[in-house]
Amino acid sequence: MGLVSTNVAEWGGAKSAARARQILTLRGVTLSFGGVTAISDIDLDVAEGEIRAIIGPNGAGKSSLINVISGVYRPDRGTIAIGDTVFADVPGSRVARLGIARTYQNLALFKGLTVLENVETGRAATVSSTFIEQVIGIGRARREEADTRARSEAVIDALHLTSVRDRLVGTLPYGVQKRVELARALVSEPRLLLLDEPMAGMTAGEKQEMAGFVLAARDRFNASIVLIEHDIGVVMGLSDRIAVLDYGRKIADGTPDAVRADQRVIDAYLGVAHDDDIIEESNA
Amino acid sequence: MTTASIPLPRPASAIGRVPTWPLPLAVIVFAYAGIPLFASDYLYDAILAPFLALSLAAVGLNILTGYAGQVSLGSAAFMAVGAYAAYNFNLRVEGLPLLASIVFAGLIASAVGVVFGLPSLRLKGFYLAVSTLAAQFFVQWTLTKFSWFSNYNPSGVIDAPALNVFGYVFEGPHGRYLFSLSVVVALTVFAARLVKTQTGRNFIAVRDNETAARISGVPVLHTKLLAFAISSFIIGVAGVLWAFAYLRTVEPHGFNLDRSFQILFIIIIGGLATIRGAFFGAALIVVLPLVLSRAGTFLFGSYFDSGVLDMSQRILVGALIIVFLIAEPDGLAALGNRIARRLRLKSPTN
Ligand SMILES: Nc1ncnc2c1ncn2[C@@H]1O[C@H](COP(=O)(O)OP(=O)(O)OP(=O)(O)O)[C@@H](O)[C@H]1O
Ligand SMILES: [Mg+2]
Repeated sequence: MGLVSTNVAEWGGAKSAARARQILTLRGVTLSFGGVTAISDIDLDVAEGEIRAIIGPNGAGKSSLINVISGVYRPDRGTIAIGDTVFADVPGSRVARLGIARTYQNLALFKGLTVLENVETGRAATVSSTFIEQVIGIGRARREEADTRARSEAVIDALHLTSVRDRLVGTLPYGVQKRVELARALVSEPRLLLLDEPMAGMTAGEKQEMAGFVLAARDRFNASIVLIEHDIGVVMGLSDRIAVLDYGRKIADGTPDAVRADQRVIDAYLGVAHDDDIIEESNA
Repeated sequence: MTTASIPLPRPASAIGRVPTWPLPLAVIVFAYAGIPLFASDYLYDAILAPFLALSLAAVGLNILTGYAGQVSLGSAAFMAVGAYAAYNFNLRVEGLPLLASIVFAGLIASAVGVVFGLPSLRLKGFYLAVSTLAAQFFVQWTLTKFSWFSNYNPSGVIDAPALNVFGYVFEGPHGRYLFSLSVVVALTVFAARLVKTQTGRNFIAVRDNETAARISGVPVLHTKLLAFAISSFIIGVAGVLWAFAYLRTVEPHGFNLDRSFQILFIIIIGGLATIRGAFFGAALIVVLPLVLSRAGTFLFGSYFDSGVLDMSQRILVGALIIVFLIAEPDGLAALGNRIARRLRLKSPTN
């Protein structure tokens, strides 16, 4: 299935996303684990070409929301529309073909593969050759392999990973692994990119660099982005619109300035301390 | 935006970047041209024949367990399926070339492998291992229960056919060795290529993080069943070599649970998810009892009988497994890498 290749000119520049096409529409999405309601009756819209932040205190349900959108969890209620296709639960095995890619709060790389191989796996959904064709290396298998390789190297280059291209990912520092995950997601040329705390556990310098890559993901790779991030400075600088969750409910939604001024947001989130700067252990 | 990324050391393990084919090629040339210069019948029949068959079985299991992460205790069952299928194709299909019988036998083993691989779609790790035991017992039971498979031979032990390839008969210890070697080389080259393709990357992706693999677009269910299919094909053909080129009889008893464990131990000791590890592990498992018996007789004389040998061998293999699991989980292959790296670091040129 071909991916929709969005044209930047269509939405006429980054910030005027208001009139652009809707790429993701959640209506009344609810998910609970046993007695715990992780997200409750959430509506969320993401327009094409937008960087859409989701913030909120720990346990607010941000990751759960991304897991529901990417088909990792199935919601109890509500609908999720990807483009024009409406799902009661998104099929995880099809999200790549639907043009969705994601990163994970706690790294989910393939430790036994090198950086290059991890990134190449991000194109698995585009492969149609059989293993026999691949082993012999003929025809479409050869073309696919060359195409996968070229695109992977281009993304590796764009994310400044060239020097570690052939390293096993498990041997790399945490911040670099986070970048590899972004590369693996980007290489599939998603129209919707879901980033779950891409800057968690990073140094200030690394965060800055990652912020640049997030912008590049939209501006050069034409992805619309859902971004979960605790660093409020980063969020305010990057996003077009921000949704704020608290205890599984959406308590505010709007432009950075509007959200910053919202009293409920200040009470629930901005005013209180949270653990955004705790350096997480890499999941070695 | 600045492009100053964190300074990272150049890959310390330059080993990954060195061309990987010259060494295996040298080994293959040596196996064809070097070994026959000095090999005795004993070396061919008692050491190399089982070594080649077990190596191939271990290559097959490594694809399933080492690469794709699906634990199996049914290897010997798939060897048995291969051996009996090849025997029956050869016996019952008039004029079918031996190589075709072997390929068909591999395909039958493949099909059986996929059936017993179906639980892998729901089960993981220990539970999957237990469910593959079903293959082990079911296949052994079927082959002993229905004597059609052994052509109603009262003893259940049947002579293997001659190794006839397009009119040329591989005879004698050297001939059988060349036959086994060629089959092993062909399938090993196939396996070594396979693990470097997208399919091979999919195996590892499914093993390392099934959810991330699925979301990245890896067809997880298909990939698991494909691993069972390819692995069982190779193990099935290894069973043919075991029966036709090593034992030269076909009997169900050699394909018992002990054999399944032996092949699992080979890949643990040799190194999971490496092709060469299968050969290192098989060499160790085949040579160990011989060395042990020599050493035992030398040290303890006639007191070291076959019972003691068998016991001490089990203890030693058990100890080795524990040592490897604790000290070198990546097996002999990784040990070899580390020694190579040491040597390279010591040499003044690098
Ligand atoms: N797999 C799960 N099983 C049980 N409970 C879960 C599971 N995943 C999330 N939860 C619960 O759902 C709630 C929301 O969790 P979620 O991970 O979505 O929060 P979050 O906003 O991403 O928090 P953080 O900022 O700490 O990442 C929490 O109470 C959490 O304990
Ligand atoms: Mg989270």
